[in-house]
Amino acid sequence: MSQNICTPENLVYKKTSLLTDKIMHYCPGCGHGTIHRALMEVVDEMGLQDKTVGIAPVGCSVLAYDYMNIDMQEAAHGRAPAVATAIKRLMPDKLVFTYQGDGDLAAIGTAETIHCCNRGENILMVFVNNAIYGMTGGQMAPTTLEGMKTATSPYGRDVNKVGWPLRITEMVAQLNGVWSASRHTVHTPAAVMKLKKALKKGIEDSMAGKGTCFVEVCSSCNSGWKMTPVEANKWMEEHVLEYFVPGDIKVDGKLVR
Amino acid sequence: MAKFKGAIVVDKEKCKGCGICMSICPTKTIGMSKEVNGKGYNFAIMVNEESCTGCASCGRICPDGVITVYRAKED
Repeated sequence: MSQNICTPENLVYKKTSLLTDKIMHYCPGCGHGTIHRALMEVVDEMGLQDKTVGIAPVGCSVLAYDYMNIDMQEAAHGRAPAVATAIKRLMPDKLVFTYQGDGDLAAIGTAETIHCCNRGENILMVFVNNAIYGMTGGQMAPTTLEGMKTATSPYGRDVNKVGWPLRITEMVAQLNGVWSASRHTVHTPAAVMKLKKALKKGIEDSMAGKGTCFVEVCSSCNSGWKMTPVEANKWMEEHVLEYFVPGDIKVDGKLVR
Repeated sequence: MAKFKGAIVVDKEKCKGCGICMSICPTKTIGMSKEVNGKGYNFAIMVNEESCTGCASCGRICPDGVITVYRAKED
């Protein structure tokens, strides 16, 4: 019964050809896969496959170049914005984006991130925030929430000892070089659509030379948080999004929050 | 109002059985299989074939991009 409608003319959704057929190494339910696909769908819809250069980070998404069917360059830990700066300056007509996690962008690469944003390099920065170091086994990250238990904070994050969770998107939004900054999630289909809209605008603006476009995506890390994927998404909605509030922070060079 | 009938095709060897599609499916069409794939995961299947409307919510959220969605107008 259902088999006869599975024909090409009835197709409404299919994985984009800009993602390779390689099986992703991410844990079941990891937001990285959804974010990879949202980004590649936008690049595909805009027809920019042959004009795009992506910079892969170090962290869980270190193998992003295996999954994205575009030109990719691997960078040293945290240095993706510096590599992106060089590529964009040498090839100004290309779309250059960095794809980084919170350990890469907000910890070891904070200096590169801030100075790249301050110079207003015409790139798109995709920042995946899962509030933990996923790849190395769930240690505390700068973005770990207050009281959150991790491998290196077994009694919960003590803000008096290690400081407050870093809202890096709000921080870079203050810089004059940043054209837009916003925070999104990927835990519902509507949120994925919103993210795609923001990525499209970021690509258009960075290609038009308006400045750095910064898109943060809050994602769940069910392995690191020790939860099932569905519970992790629920926990994220209840706790992470309370501190890291989704929405636009800077639009067209003007702070809105 | 025209009614739509949908169907999903899951690449069961690539599915990791996270269950996110099952949790967000608005018509509760998707469930998990009893059998496992080559990697030992229970994969997503249609448990209620009649209720699928082809909204493609599952396809958009699937972290591994294993769901293909079809939709046809019902006569």
